Amino acid sequence: MTATGAVARIAGVRHRYGKLLALDTISLDLPAGCMVGLIGPDGVGKSTLLGLIAGAKASQRGGLEVLGGDMTDRRHRRAVCPRIAYMPQGLGKNLYPDLSVRENIDFFGRLFGHGRAERRQRVRDLLDSTGLAPFADRPARKLSGGMRQKLGLCCSLVHDPDLLILDEPTTGVDPLSRRQFWELIDRIRARRPGMSVIVATAYMEEAERFDWLVAMNAGAVLAAGTPATLKSTTGTSTIEEAFIALLPDEVRRGHRSLRIPPRTRYDHETVIVARDLTRRFDDFTAVDHVSFDIERGEIFGFVGSNGCGKTTTMKMLTGLLPASEGTASLFGKPIATDGMQSRMRVGYMSQSFSLYTELTVRQNLELHSRLFHLPRLKAAARIADLIERFGLSAHVDQLASDVPLGIRQRLSLAVAVVHEPDLLILDEPTSGVDPLARDAFWEILIDLSRNAGVTIFVSTHFMNEAARCDRLSLMDAGRVLATGTPQSLVEARHAVSLEEAFVSYLSEAGGHAERRDWTVVSARDPARKNRGGSAYFSLRRLLAYTIRESLELIRDPIRLAFALGGTAFLMLIFGFGITTDVNSFTFAALDRDGSFESRAYLGELRGSPYFVEQPALRDAAEVQDRLKSGAVAATIEIPPGFGRDLRRGRPTEVGVWIDGAMPFRAETIRGYIAGAHSQFLADRSIRGHGSGGLAASAADVSVRFRYNQDFDSVYAMVPGLFALQLALIPAILMALAVVREKELGSIVNLYVTPVTRLEFLLGKQIPYVVVAMLNAAIMFLMAIFLFKVPLKGSFPTLLAGTLTYVVTTTAYGLVISAFTRTQIAALFGTAIMTVLPATMFAGMLTPVSSLTGFGAVLGRFFPMTYYLPISVGTFTKGLGLTDLYGHLLALVAFVPVLILLGLVLMRSQEK
Amino acid sequence: MRSLSTIFWLATKELRSFLRDWVLLLLMIYSFSLAIIAQAQSNAQELNNASLGVVDNDRSELSRRIAGAFLPPYFKRAEPVEERDVDHLMNTGRYTFVLDIPSHFERDVLSGRRPQMQVAVDATAMVQAGIGSGYAQQIISNEVADFVSHTAQTPPSPANLAVRIAFNPNVSTAWFTSVMGIVNNVTMLGIILVGAAVVREREHGTMDHLLVMPVSPFEIAMAKILGNALVITVAVGLSLTLVVRQLLAIPIAGSVPLFMCGVVLYLFFATSVGVFLATIARTMPQLGLLFILVSVPLQLLSGGNTPIESMPPWLGAIMQASPSTHFVSFAQAILYRGAGFEVVWLKFVEVACMGAVFLGLGLLRYRSVAAKGG
Repeated sequence: MTATGAVARIAGVRHRYGKLLALDTISLDLPAGCMVGLIGPDGVGKSTLLGLIAGAKASQRGGLEVLGGDMTDRRHRRAVCPRIAYMPQGLGKNLYPDLSVRENIDFFGRLFGHGRAERRQRVRDLLDSTGLAPFADRPARKLSGGMRQKLGLCCSLVHDPDLLILDEPTTGVDPLSRRQFWELIDRIRARRPGMSVIVATAYMEEAERFDWLVAMNAGAVLAAGTPATLKSTTGTSTIEEAFIALLPDEVRRGHRSLRIPPRTRYDHETVIVARDLTRRFDDFTAVDHVSFDIERGEIFGFVGSNGCGKTTTMKMLTGLLPASEGTASLFGKPIATDGMQSRMRVGYMSQSFSLYTELTVRQNLELHSRLFHLPRLKAAARIADLIERFGLSAHVDQLASDVPLGIRQRLSLAVAVVHEPDLLILDEPTSGVDPLARDAFWEILIDLSRNAGVTIFVSTHFMNEAARCDRLSLMDAGRVLATGTPQSLVEARHAVSLEEAFVSYLSEAGGHAERRDWTVVSARDPARKNRGGSAYFSLRRLLAYTIRESLELIRDPIRLAFALGGTAFLMLIFGFGITTDVNSFTFAALDRDGSFESRAYLGELRGSPYFVEQPALRDAAEVQDRLKSGAVAATIEIPPGFGRDLRRGRPTEVGVWIDGAMPFRAETIRGYIAGAHSQFLADRSIRGHGSGGLAASAADVSVRFRYNQDFDSVYAMVPGLFALQLALIPAILMALAVVREKELGSIVNLYVTPVTRLEFLLGKQIPYVVVAMLNAAIMFLMAIFLFKVPLKGSFPTLLAGTLTYVVTTTAYGLVISAFTRTQIAALFGTAIMTVLPATMFAGMLTPVSSLTGFGAVLGRFFPMTYYLPISVGTFTKGLGLTDLYGHLLALVAFVPVLILLGLVLMRSQEK
Repeated sequence: MRSLSTIFWLATKELRSFLRDWVLLLLMIYSFSLAIIAQAQSNAQELNNASLGVVDNDRSELSRRIAGAFLPPYFKRAEPVEERDVDHLMNTGRYTFVLDIPSHFERDVLSGRRPQMQVAVDATAMVQAGIGSGYAQQIISNEVADFVSHTAQTPPSPANLAVRIAFNPNVSTAWFTSVMGIVNNVTMLGIILVGAAVVREREHGTMDHLLVMPVSPFEIAMAKILGNALVITVAVGLSLTLVVRQLLAIPIAGSVPLFMCGVVLYLFFATSVGVFLATIARTMPQLGLLFILVSVPLQLLSGGNTPIESMPPWLGAIMQASPSTHFVSFAQAILYRGAGFEVVWLKFVEVACMGAVFLGLGLLRYRSVAAKGG
């Protein structure tokens, strides 16, 4: 690798997601050994390009060489992967929020094959140099945005990469942290001059400090070169202006520099008054004694980093959140959480452009006009006007999810003003929107404020937007640092820009306790011997995932409680509730005879524990009524002359009606009554009342219930539930654990670090196998002590079978997780694919030997089919390995097959 | 009036969102059609295809006739086995029933010595063992009696037992499982559709949006309940008439409109539970976990799968209070037994009351939780 060559050569790269073309045939060489910046708004293909270079995404078309080799070549990718560090977009997306700072870095160290001593050394160096050392034991989710970015950087630098790829590392971070972040990068580069850095950013002012820039728009490269070249070729003085100048004409048309007319004063009429507003969440104070007044027609800005309390303050003003302390009033009235009156006067736009994306643009507008009860005619006029004013006419019948971000943002505002509110509360309305769309949006805001007298309360983390407000408050860590006009704030700190003024306020506040002098990363360029360990299998990387997954599981009380308590709860309920014993069912008799014999006959039933007699029937008509209402399950009618006929040996007939609504119950009742009937006749013949021997007594047919003499269903049901629960819950937990990484984004670590799919899957599986075995232990104890189902057979066989079984059921979850993408789909997919075969086709109710057709096939490929005989066999049949080894071997055979299937289905790169 | 209009428009929105999600739509169509048919054909509650082995030490005319009397669909053809293999074969579950016919069985029967023969039953196969042992006894007794009556003169049995099964003369599983399948779907979908709709709205941030408009939590909840309940009601109606009546040709004794009234009331309960659970769960996976812990017991213990009479009294008492139990019970009463309004009205009232309780609980928690969502 030379410092003068190209770190990445991109030749005709094209990338599409379904119908959407993200990159349109890009060809470009990125110079090595310097800092390359990709600039442009959201959704122009910056992240896609970075993902391709990092090897996180599989390239679709075109050639891509990174660090001197072809990235489509698997071997090259494996070889360079330990030399690349990739920090995806989104604050700490590749981090694990439940792990502490130290544990996060440690995890990445393990992935790159560092030993214990080396890891300890590196973690200390990194923590010291980034100033995170005092927070080493704090969970990542409790870090501020700036700290999280630094932690992400630590994790990326843990293996001394040659290429560092940062995707929007500073979005949403306060200006001071942002500045510190770039200083840190500069120092690292000073220490390791050979390292190439590729950065994407939406902050144009940051781009000024990069060595080389690529301006992108709509999947294409607008221009590339040094910042100075870009500015001089476009004849502009800032990168932001240069970028706008580079945009195609039709995009730029209609854009003009924003002018803000002076504000009309409405006699200092105050719209919002906040005094010492405070909001605490548990032990965390999100908003700390915030006070301000906002006048009518004013554009008031809230400026600060993500998580500094802007959103929480706005939610308190809208009445969404009650304040813990302090007061606030709107239009002179205190805020009530259910004040319908004030809601008619307020328009609110939340951070995420809360639209119904499954409705069209027009349907969204119509729905909101209905909810504000605009009269039909007025609503139609208003909607037509808004569509016109906000430039939505080209998109009226498109789904809100299909329109570009800038349009969606304007629609969001249109929806917020559909009822002509006097006050607009806008929470970061412009994040992720390109500079042109941002300007167009502000034009509308200014129009509303100046011409319609609407008060606007807006939050932002863009400094140039803050400068457009009439007045603003600088916020940090829940507190307001300063309030005033942009001009006065700049002057008060003797600063040249608003950003500098803010940095100065932040430094003074000293809220950032991690702030201290940066020491230089002591990156001793180490002998590159054990980078990443073996390319194919490393126990250390596997254990990295095991340790991490276990830590996460232990720290997620809800999942853990479900994992351990869920089985016990369901076992308790089902163990008692699901039974195939039919007893104490109800019957009613209609005795038309009333003789000694008829009473003896009914006595057979009354003496049985299976029957509970209900009041006698009066007549035949009542039979159907009682059955219909479900009051009795069976009726017995003894004909007149029953006793006499019996004594004379004349044929007579007892009539029985059984409720057939539940077939199984009906069959069982039929069996019981038939038994009682024969018993009655047998008793008679023994006592010598019978006329002639009964045919049935020509032979004695005895039924021997094996394994379970009393034929009590608990002895079959509890071992069955044992098998069922171990099929359902471990599979669900396992599938969720993998899909969770997909949904939250940390799956990217699988794509860009040396960890292999096998290590990833097995590493994650181990904790769930342990959890499943704990579940098995709990259920085992419940079976023995609560349900009194003793283990009659071999414990080692049960143990070996159970262990193999939970390995297969967790692997089953892995297979399902490989093709589902959302957690809810994984949950239902697993439930559907487990519950039906487990309850119907694995032998729980119907023996496998009786199954035919599709069910039999389904059962054959379901592990529980082979475990159920082991569970029932050892518990109730008293068996050991000699009888069960066949089933055990079948279970063992599932393990490699399922894991292989999971490996094949799992992707090693994103599409 | 204003409130009604708000609810109406929000419910329209719910319907529109539902119809856009074609994956969900497909899943729902599947669960009300193919899944119902599969369950109807499962035979899980009958004696069907039971495996049978015969140890024939007699090798006589009678022993062959006994073995030959076990017929499909109840039993598979009897297979001869050796005495010494019986334990292993039953241990591994190869046979659920094994007939053991002793030597000289026929001779002893004919000479009136009342020989004994044994049916060994794998009592861990609960459903088959219970029903099948009775069948087996009956079959053997009939066969022996028949054999004896042909060779010797014995009088017929003096007292007959005429058993008739009401409402389902052939005791067909399909009748039962198909309707119970629909009932289970209603519980499951009612809870999950509304629960997921609320959580999704919170995860997408649109809940905040609604709460700052002049819309009350009651109106939001009612709109979700109405929108989704309408979809499920339509699905139940179609499934009952097209799948159960037409395709599976299962006769329905009672009034379908009356049953649909019950479905609507029960959906009010299920969807209210959905709203309530959505206020407890913070995220979709948590909702999913809660859903399993709540809906699976509601379903399995409602009496639609195993009889309530057989539960321990404490659990039976709890389940007697559960609307799912009432639902199963009035579904059976109306659809199979043709019960009218006068029989089921009390159960309707109870279901509606429980629904109101959960809706109330859900609304109490609604705002506080909606606020925490951010």
